Amino acid sequence: MPRTDFGPPDYREMIPPIVRDNYGRWRYHTIPRPGVLEHVSDTGAVLTSVRMASPRLVSTDWVRAVCELADKFCDGHLRFTTRHNVEFLVSDPSRVEPLLDELEARGELVGGVGPGISNVVHTQGWIHCKSAVTDASGLVKCIMDELYDYFTGKIAVPARLRIAVACCVNMCGACHCSDIAVVGIHRTVPRVNHEMVSKSCEIPSTVASCPTGAIRPNPKLKSVEIIPEKCMYCGNCAAVCPAIDIMDPANDGLSIWVGGKVSNARTAPKFSRLAIPYLPNHPPRWPEVTEAVKHLVEVWRDRAKPGERMGEWIDRVGWERFFQLSGIPFTDKHIDDFTHATTTFRCTTQFRF
Amino acid sequence: MDEPAVRGSGELQPPSTPLLDELEEGRWPSFVAELKRAARRAPAAADLLGQLERSYADNTGHWKRGGIVGVRGYGGGVVGRYSAMPDDFPAVKEFHTLRVNQPAGFFYTTEKLRQLCDVWDRYGSGLLNLHGSTGDIILLGTTTENLQPCFDALGEIGFDLGGSGSALRTISCCVGAARCEFACFDTMDVTHSLTTHFQGEIHRPSFPYKFKIKCSGCPNDCAAASARSDLAIIGLWRDGIEIDQEAVREYVRGGLNLFERVLRRCPTWALAWDENEQELRVDSEECVHCMHCINQMPKALRVGRRRGAAIMIGGKAPVVKGAMLGWVLVPFVELKPPYDELKDLVVRITDFWAEHGKSRERVAELIDRIGLPAFLDGIGLKPSPQMVAAPRSNPYLFWDDDEVVKHA
Repeated sequence: MPRTDFGPPDYREMIPPIVRDNYGRWRYHTIPRPGVLEHVSDTGAVLTSVRMASPRLVSTDWVRAVCELADKFCDGHLRFTTRHNVEFLVSDPSRVEPLLDELEARGELVGGVGPGISNVVHTQGWIHCKSAVTDASGLVKCIMDELYDYFTGKIAVPARLRIAVACCVNMCGACHCSDIAVVGIHRTVPRVNHEMVSKSCEIPSTVASCPTGAIRPNPKLKSVEIIPEKCMYCGNCAAVCPAIDIMDPANDGLSIWVGGKVSNARTAPKFSRLAIPYLPNHPPRWPEVTEAVKHLVEVWRDRAKPGERMGEWIDRVGWERFFQLSGIPFTDKHIDDFTHATTTFRCTTQFRF
Repeated sequence: MDEPAVRGSGELQPPSTPLLDELEEGRWPSFVAELKRAARRAPAAADLLGQLERSYADNTGHWKRGGIVGVRGYGGGVVGRYSAMPDDFPAVKEFHTLRVNQPAGFFYTTEKLRQLCDVWDRYGSGLLNLHGSTGDIILLGTTTENLQPCFDALGEIGFDLGGSGSALRTISCCVGAARCEFACFDTMDVTHSLTTHFQGEIHRPSFPYKFKIKCSGCPNDCAAASARSDLAIIGLWRDGIEIDQEAVREYVRGGLNLFERVLRRCPTWALAWDENEQELRVDSEECVHCMHCINQMPKALRVGRRRGAAIMIGGKAPVVKGAMLGWVLVPFVELKPPYDELKDLVVRITDFWAEHGKSRERVAELIDRIGLPAFLDGIGLKPSPQMVAAPRSNPYLFWDDDEVVKHA
């Protein structure tokens, strides 16, 4: 029997000596230039972290190349951030400039620190997922090709702006609390392959999987049927029963959500809210989505006060003005009619025209 | 270890991919360039490119659904994946993913990463995610036959699998005390300690559905714990912030508009500037630990000394009943090794949920169904006002038998 349950490598063996020696003793940090953090310890030690953009989906060649850099400048240590960037941890101040020069020479992007747009958190997409409406990696690439100046700090913005992409409403990356989220959606009722249901699906769990009670058994066919008026195309049934198909390339598309955050700074964490219900899914460059995201960034960038996140700005100016300023039409789709809908209706005469 | 077998000469020709080629243009690093690098050595990466190009052409994915594969002794950690077009793309007929548990805080030595690359070049496509949304190293694409030897080789270099399915998922965290002065607890140590303690729960799915734990060292929540984990551990302090007055003055001299950027953005107006003394005053009773002022002046302001964490429950993505943000479950707990109180709480929660939860019901949905009071009672926690945004506004209260007079 092979060894099991031994767990991941111990972080204590992975951290560089400067981190080990100053663990829990960091006093403050500064951002001396975009993409660079300087942490100062109570011991006087200074650790410079240089943050580099990563495509997240990488080859082992890429990893080896990054390791070479970490060997050359960081004594063989590096880390990754929760948003998939690489961080080179430089303990010798004289190596910072040479590292930055080398990264520039290699065409790498340094940034993603402080106010600005960091890397995009995203899902797996057509690369590896069975339920993907779109390809997250491709969308991220196209969006960031437009927005990389916000990553590198070349264009200043009022605050952090966090973007996430999810290929379907499962939202594996939990992008529902992002300043801007792009989410793949279905718009049509799934089709049931009755012959296959009896062979490959458990009928009670398929019925139970539906959040709106839109699925009922069809004993005659030893299958299930979907009540179209009740279905909101979440795809949960398709996840439970492979005989149900919700993919519909002609109608599937992308939606855009705004104003979420997870940080507790100033205001409580909040969900992203629907801005654009549907845009077409147009690989390989997704011009409609890319343009819409860029537009939303600019609308916020030009109007928010310093330090104001997208959602905080919208809270201040009001959703009616958000729709007016962004030029996005407000439709019946924007009014919630799911589980917590009534909590989103306005109960005050405080509004703008 | 032998020389990697699949790490070929690098002479394979990637397939023609006119659509994907457009994603090699532009300034942002290109995943297509990475796919092509891998495709020069691994036939699976080449066929992945081919199949992906097909997806870009016809606007749909080409992976089959279903298919359970694994390694001996484990009930998860591997995601089975089969191409729906195996005749066209035989090298991705089987293209399974291994979720490999990352070291806490995503720190690596280059030696360790190279060992990982060696294993993956030998047994897989040479493609990986650093990292997946949950935190794992995602090794993308190998065959059923290669799973066990790949896992064995990973074990030799000290890498174990992460979670998948209805299990405790791989735990992840922000950088915490390793490189952040805001850390109110040791996120990496808690992550590592919980991970090693709950190996069985991670590797052998026994819950109603997935259960995620994430640790963020302060209320900035860089791990997005409250949005994407069923149990979010978020660092917090109980006493007042520490102020270095000279450093505050330095920020002001340096051009910081203290009123606009800091004082008026404080959610509870807990800060005031004493013009006479040229000092910043904080009313610690009013402070809600939001981090804003500290974020603005990290050189001058520090989190307090009485440090610990709040524990939030129920954060999740939309399926099934809608997205939830974590709700306060424990307003404050000190976190000191070996974290027995925390581990015990996790067991009480997952035991109660395993007993009362329905299949595919996340813990938030269980709480939504049975009510927070019943859940608190079930796991043995007392109610506290920090748990609610406001008390109830309806009169439909439940009373137990021992709270009312019994009639004869």
